[in-house]
Amino acid sequence: MRAFDALKTRLPGRAANERIHRGRARDRFNTRDLFAEAAHGIGARPGRLVLTILGTVLGIASVVITVGLAQTAAGQISRQFDAVAATQVVITPAKAGTGDEARPKGRIPWDGADRVAQVNGVVAAGLVAPVDIEDRRVTAVPVNDPSVAEKASPVVVAGSDGLLDAVRGQVVAGRFFDSGHDARSDRVVVLGERAAAQLGINRVDSQPSIFIGEDAYTVIGIFGDVKRRADLLDAVVLPVGTARQDFAVGAPEELQIHIETGAGSLVAEQGPVALDPNAPESFKAQAPASGSALQENVQADINAIFLALGGIALLVGGLGIANVTLLSVMERVGEIGLRRALGATKRDIAGQFVVESVVIGLLGGLVGASLGVFTVVIVSVAQEWTPILDIRMAIGSALLGGVIGLLAGTYPALKAAAIEPIAALRGGI
Amino acid sequence: MTGDIDWLGLNGSGGPPSSVLDDPPDALTTPDEEEGTGPGAAAGAPPAVVELVDVTRSFPGPPVVDALTSVNLRIDPGDYVSIIGPSGSGKSTLLNLLGLLDRPTSGDYLLDGVATGRASESVRSALRGGRIGFVFQSFHLLPHRTVLDNVLLATLYSGVPRGERQERARAALDRVHLSHRVDFTPTTLSGGERQRVAVARAVVAGPHLLLADEPTGNLDSTNSVEIMELFDELHADGLTLVVITHDPAVSARAQRRVRIADGRLTELDR
Repeated sequence: MRAFDALKTRLPGRAANERIHRGRARDRFNTRDLFAEAAHGIGARPGRLVLTILGTVLGIASVVITVGLAQTAAGQISRQFDAVAATQVVITPAKAGTGDEARPKGRIPWDGADRVAQVNGVVAAGLVAPVDIEDRRVTAVPVNDPSVAEKASPVVVAGSDGLLDAVRGQVVAGRFFDSGHDARSDRVVVLGERAAAQLGINRVDSQPSIFIGEDAYTVIGIFGDVKRRADLLDAVVLPVGTARQDFAVGAPEELQIHIETGAGSLVAEQGPVALDPNAPESFKAQAPASGSALQENVQADINAIFLALGGIALLVGGLGIANVTLLSVMERVGEIGLRRALGATKRDIAGQFVVESVVIGLLGGLVGASLGVFTVVIVSVAQEWTPILDIRMAIGSALLGGVIGLLAGTYPALKAAAIEPIAALRGGI
Repeated sequence: MTGDIDWLGLNGSGGPPSSVLDDPPDALTTPDEEEGTGPGAAAGAPPAVVELVDVTRSFPGPPVVDALTSVNLRIDPGDYVSIIGPSGSGKSTLLNLLGLLDRPTSGDYLLDGVATGRASESVRSALRGGRIGFVFQSFHLLPHRTVLDNVLLATLYSGVPRGERQERARAALDRVHLSHRVDFTPTTLSGGERQRVAVARAVVAGPHLLLADEPTGNLDSTNSVEIMELFDELHADGLTLVVITHDPAVSARAQRRVRIADGRLTELDR
C-alpha cells in the first residue's frame, strides 16, 4: 500500500501520462529496448537457434571455402607461373635407366647454341658445361701460405657466348666474352657477382687476373642478377673453347634457351631436332606449361559448382530462418498480442522480429565465415600451401548472413505486425 | 455513487437504435448538469475516464452480427465497475473496445476525453500503453522472462523514463506483495502469484483505467479472494477499475454492476 502510494506521488497520474502520450518520450521503446527484447527472443531457445543458423552457417562456410581455396590455389599457380618461366626452355640430354645407373642417351653438341638459335622463337641460347679443375684452386693471387686455412674455390663452368642472355643476367662491370674469345680459346673469364666478391675483385678496368692452379686468366667482366641458374653467380665462367683446351670438359650439361612468349611448345619440339636430326629423342626439353586451358576450365567448373552449392545452401539457410521466424511468430502470437496491448505499435513488433532474424543471420554468417576461414587454413596446412583469403571477402560473407536474415525476416515480421491483438490474446502464451 | 440509468446514460431503455441516436447529447450532458452527482459536474473537473457514445460494433456477415448495439456508458475516475453477462452477450467485444484493441463500427469512445474511434493507430497504441492496464484471464506472462522482466515489459512501450523503470517495477511488485519473487520465472509461481504479477504489470506505468477480463477465471477460490482484495486496495487508492466476469462473487465486490445481454447494457441496482 505504502509503496503504491509512493508510486503515485512520484507520478502524479494525469500529468505524467499527458506527457507520455503527447511527448512519446525518447525513452519509449528505443533502439536499446529493441535490441534487448530481440536478444531475449533469440536467447529463449538456444537449441532452436543452433538449428536455425545451421543452413546459413553451411552456406556461408561453403562460399568462403570455395573462394578461399580458389584464391589459395591461384596463388600457388601464379607462384610457379612467372614471366621468366613462361619464356624459358631448358634442353638436357635424356637419361637412360634410373637412379644412379642413369646414363645420358645423347650429348649436346658444342655448337648446340648456334644450332638451336636457328629455331623460330629463340631469343638467346647458351650452353653450360661443368669444368673439372681437379685439385687446382682458383685464387686471385698465387700465394702459397700453409698457415692460412684453405678456402673453398669458386666453381668453374664453361659457357657459350649467348649464356648471359639466355639466363637473363646483367653485366655489372666489364663485358661478357664473345664468340671470338671462344674461337681463339683466349684465357679470359667472367665472374659471377658472388665469386668476384669472394676473390676480392670488384673492378675490371685494371685487367685483374685470377689463377686456376698456376694459370692466369684475365677477368674481363663481372655479371649479376641472373633469372635462371642462380648458381652461376658463384661461378667462374670460361668460354667453352678455352675450357676445352685447358681442362678436361665432359659434355655440355644443358642448353638454356630464352624464347619468345608462347614459343614454348615449338622450341621444345624443334630444339632437339636441330641439335641432332637423327636422334631428337635423346634430348629432354623442359618447356613452360602452356597454361593448360582445359585444366583452367575444369578448375572454373569446380568453382562454379561449389559456388552454386553454396548459393543453394544460402537459399536453404534463408528459407530456414524465414521458416523458423514464421513458426516463432505463430508461437508467440500471445506475446505479440500482449505487447500490442501494452502499447507496442505495429512498427515496434515488426522491428523486433526483423532485428531477431537479422541477428540470427549475422550469427550464422559469423560462424560460417569463421568455419570457412578455418577450413581454408587447415586444407592449406595439409597441402603445404600458403592460405590466401581476401579479408573483405570473409567480413563481407559474414555480413551477407545478416542480409539473408533481413530478407528472410521481412515476411514473418510483416505477418507479426498484422496480428490483431484481440485474436492474439484469446490464445495463451 | 449509486447506479442511476439516466445519469449513466445507459441504453437500458431498449429503444430502437434510430431513436437512441437522436438522444445522446441529452443523455450525455443533461444528467451531469441537472443532477450534479458525477465528478464531471464540477467546473474544470477531469472528464470521465470512459465515455462510450452510441457505440455499435457489428461484425460483417453473413449474417451480420451486432455484438454491441448503441451502447452508452460513462465511467468516472475512481469508479469500480463490474460487467457481467452470459457468454456470447458481447462482453469480450466491450472489453476489446474499452481496451482500444478494437474500433467501434459507429459511435465514439472517449478515453480521458480523447476521442479514439477514428484516431490513428499510433495514438491508440500510445493511449493503450500509457493509460490502460490489462489483466487477462490467462495471465499472459512471458514464460522465459523473470517476474521483474515481465513487469518491466509494460514500461517499454509507455514511455517510462529508463532510469525509473527498475524502481517502479520493483515498487509495483512490492505493491502486489511479490517482492520476494522478483527473480523467479512465471512457470515456478502459483496461479494467484502469476495473476498478481500481471496486476503489477498493469499498474506499473500508472494507468488511469485497469481493465480485467475474467481475472479469477483460472484461479481457485483462495487465490480469487486474494486478487479481489488486491483490486479493492487498488480501488481504495483511487484507481478506476473495470472487471469483466461471470462470477457473481467477483461482481459483488464492485461498486457498480452493469449487466450486458444481447449487446445492450443495463445498470444493476445494489
